[in-house]
Amino acid sequence: MSEPTRPRRRIPASDRIDVRKTYKLFIGGGFPRSESGRSYEVTDARGRFLANAALASRKDARDAVVAARKAFADWSGATAYNRGQVLYRVAELMEGRRSQFVDEVAAGEGITRPRAETAVDAAVDRWIWYAGWADKIAQVVGSTNPVAGPYFDFSLPEPTGVVAVLAPQRSSLLGLVSVLAPVIVSGNTVIITASAERPLPAITLSEVLATSDLPGGVVNVLTGRVAETAPWLASHMDVNAIDLTGAAGDAEHARQLEVAAADNLKRVLRAPDTEPDWTLPPGTKRLTSHLELKTVWHPIGV
Amino acid sequence: MTHDSTPGRSLFEYAPAPESRAVVDLKPSYGLFIGGEFVEPTDGTTFKTVSPATEEVLAEVSAAGPSDVDLAVAAARRAYDRVWGPMPGRERAKYLYRIARIVQERARELAVLESLDNGKPIRESRDVDIPLVAAYFFSYAGWADKLEHAGFGSNPRPLGVAGQVIPWNFPLLMLAWKIAPALAAGNTVVLKPAETTPLTALLFAEICQQADLPPGVVNIITGAGETGRALVEHPGVDKIAFTGSTEVGKQIARSVAGSGKKVTLELGGKAANIVLDDAPIDQAVEGIVNGIFFNQGHVCCAGSRLLVQESIYDTLLDSLKRRLGTLRIGDPLDKNTDIGAINSAEQLERIRTLSEVGEAEGAARWSPPCDLPDRGFWFPPTLFTGVSQAHRIAREEIFGPVLSVLTFRTPAEAVDKANNSPYGLSAGVWTEKGSRILWMAARLRAGVVWANTFNRFDPTSPFGGYKESGYGREGGRHGLEAYLDV
Repeated sequence: MSEPTRPRRRIPASDRIDVRKTYKLFIGGGFPRSESGRSYEVTDARGRFLANAALASRKDARDAVVAARKAFADWSGATAYNRGQVLYRVAELMEGRRSQFVDEVAAGEGITRPRAETAVDAAVDRWIWYAGWADKIAQVVGSTNPVAGPYFDFSLPEPTGVVAVLAPQRSSLLGLVSVLAPVIVSGNTVIITASAERPLPAITLSEVLATSDLPGGVVNVLTGRVAETAPWLASHMDVNAIDLTGAAGDAEHARQLEVAAADNLKRVLRAPDTEPDWTLPPGTKRLTSHLELKTVWHPIGV
Repeated sequence: MTHDSTPGRSLFEYAPAPESRAVVDLKPSYGLFIGGEFVEPTDGTTFKTVSPATEEVLAEVSAAGPSDVDLAVAAARRAYDRVWGPMPGRERAKYLYRIARIVQERARELAVLESLDNGKPIRESRDVDIPLVAAYFFSYAGWADKLEHAGFGSNPRPLGVAGQVIPWNFPLLMLAWKIAPALAAGNTVVLKPAETTPLTALLFAEICQQADLPPGVVNIITGAGETGRALVEHPGVDKIAFTGSTEVGKQIARSVAGSGKKVTLELGGKAANIVLDDAPIDQAVEGIVNGIFFNQGHVCCAGSRLLVQESIYDTLLDSLKRRLGTLRIGDPLDKNTDIGAINSAEQLERIRTLSEVGEAEGAARWSPPCDLPDRGFWFPPTLFTGVSQAHRIAREEIFGPVLSVLTFRTPAEAVDKANNSPYGLSAGVWTEKGSRILWMAARLRAGVVWANTFNRFDPTSPFGGYKESGYGREGGRHGLEAYLDV
């Protein structure tokens, strides 16, 4: 995927010459080209040309962090009700683009259309599941604490901040949504590296997000070689947490990223040995992994 | 008695009121507590622990070598596999309750020993440290048979062997924060107390024997940084809990990368204590003093950056200086002492160096007139005014009785300044206006916010940092997560 190769001839379904697409990155709500000017060819599971995608660089990763940081105050300060509705709206918009997602998932993952449809439906449902968590997680993990003294003492979860997420390499849409939605629903902002070989669902999702009510910069999508951008995200001093799920199966790469993440004590969600089965019920682990608990004390009766 | 009219001098002198040392029975030397017995180190050495108030040698202690760490981890593993892991939670609970009771019964002995070895005033070890130790064990004892109700699934499992490394500022309290939740959750532990304050941990080992805690459930290995490193990097350890400096915390995070060990880190801080123009001044002054001079400022969550709204700066500073003039510094075992000894020569050197840097960078230094003892490690309560955010004394953790004073004009500016730090452990807010407290509390990027109070701790109240102050929480239901496989 790294260097351009000659596109294999595609037999046109009709006489019309198709319009080949060159996609860009999604940073700060806009669609910039890679600062490096590079792109790479995306092929389907059988090696046939699908589109060109931007090959993100270190500079793009840094720009994305700046955009995510800028978006953090407003997004984390939005009401939970508002964030829940924004996520629900993403599900609504995805539903409208269902057939496009099905095409891209089927082509990229090399699965049948019925299986791709199941994956797309599950991805839409996952947005809805997480949308509902927006105004519930604080009640589930927060507490009032019965301290032994005249104080009112409570603990509540807050978003960790700017989170870098390495999206799964295999499950290009359901896996992507499964790692993205739980991070942003609580108010974090994200830089997410798409599956390198299967980036089209992430690109289409960017287009969905751009036309949804999600403020620009809350989600920033980098396409290209994960091994090129991930080390810069892992060591970036303005990134608060990193989810290494996309490094599943490459223990040494994951270890190096975890070492780099220690520079500013990022919270690390470690890479599993193999990519999880995303069709299983997700649980709350991915939500709670990107939360900080804050405890507040105040005297009573003084 | 001469009448001294110097502002800040107290009118009355206090006669000494020393707590008796007789209650403590110190041995000349201590081995390592492994598998329920005190044993001589196999490949370790020995070192001396001194009273920082007098530099008197208190005892000789063992420094565990790599083979000793192996033995301790193996003992913990055996106890986990054969006894503690299979034991029903209700039985584990009763051991923890027993320990809590023995701590209460031997509270005076523990408090005196803590003050001797650490240098903290007996008033604090007696009224804060030791009562909280008992409270943490008592509180977590009750979780041992209720884990399925803690919100971590219907059958949360322990992790196995926990390696725990703790600091010298609250020696026995930090031990309690580590051991109580670990044991309640069903883990066994190997704990390394700080090099300069091993004695109460060794007395705690005796308490484990007294409670008939099964051998190997708690292992205490003394030593310095190398012993800690060997424990953290030991492949037989499933979980690391560390309280200490951010620098060492980062080394630990790097060294465990790829190992799959669960890690919780409670690290440094540079807390802002924010005083708004409508704050109750007298209460705020007490809170500021408690925030930075409690335990000689050897507190990771100390309110070491005082942020004062400009309009009340003069009033507040006058009050604060007057109050500092009444603080009594000296013998930690004297019940009237407010400020005890600095824990070690090394720490004293760090405080001196950073204070000199503060002056060199242009901040104004002030201390009340006070006589310091001739022997031991001492540093007077110190204020720096005219401090800017760029000064090292406003950015770096001094871990001593040194307060940097900065000013602000608006609450928003106070929040910006407070958050302008890689740390995020704690913060303080002083104002009579409730809506302002909640507004600020929501914006301060810190794990604990004390509003109109400071430096309060409780076993039911989760404690831990944002950003480079570490990760994970200790205390309450949330503190169990660190010791469960969830």
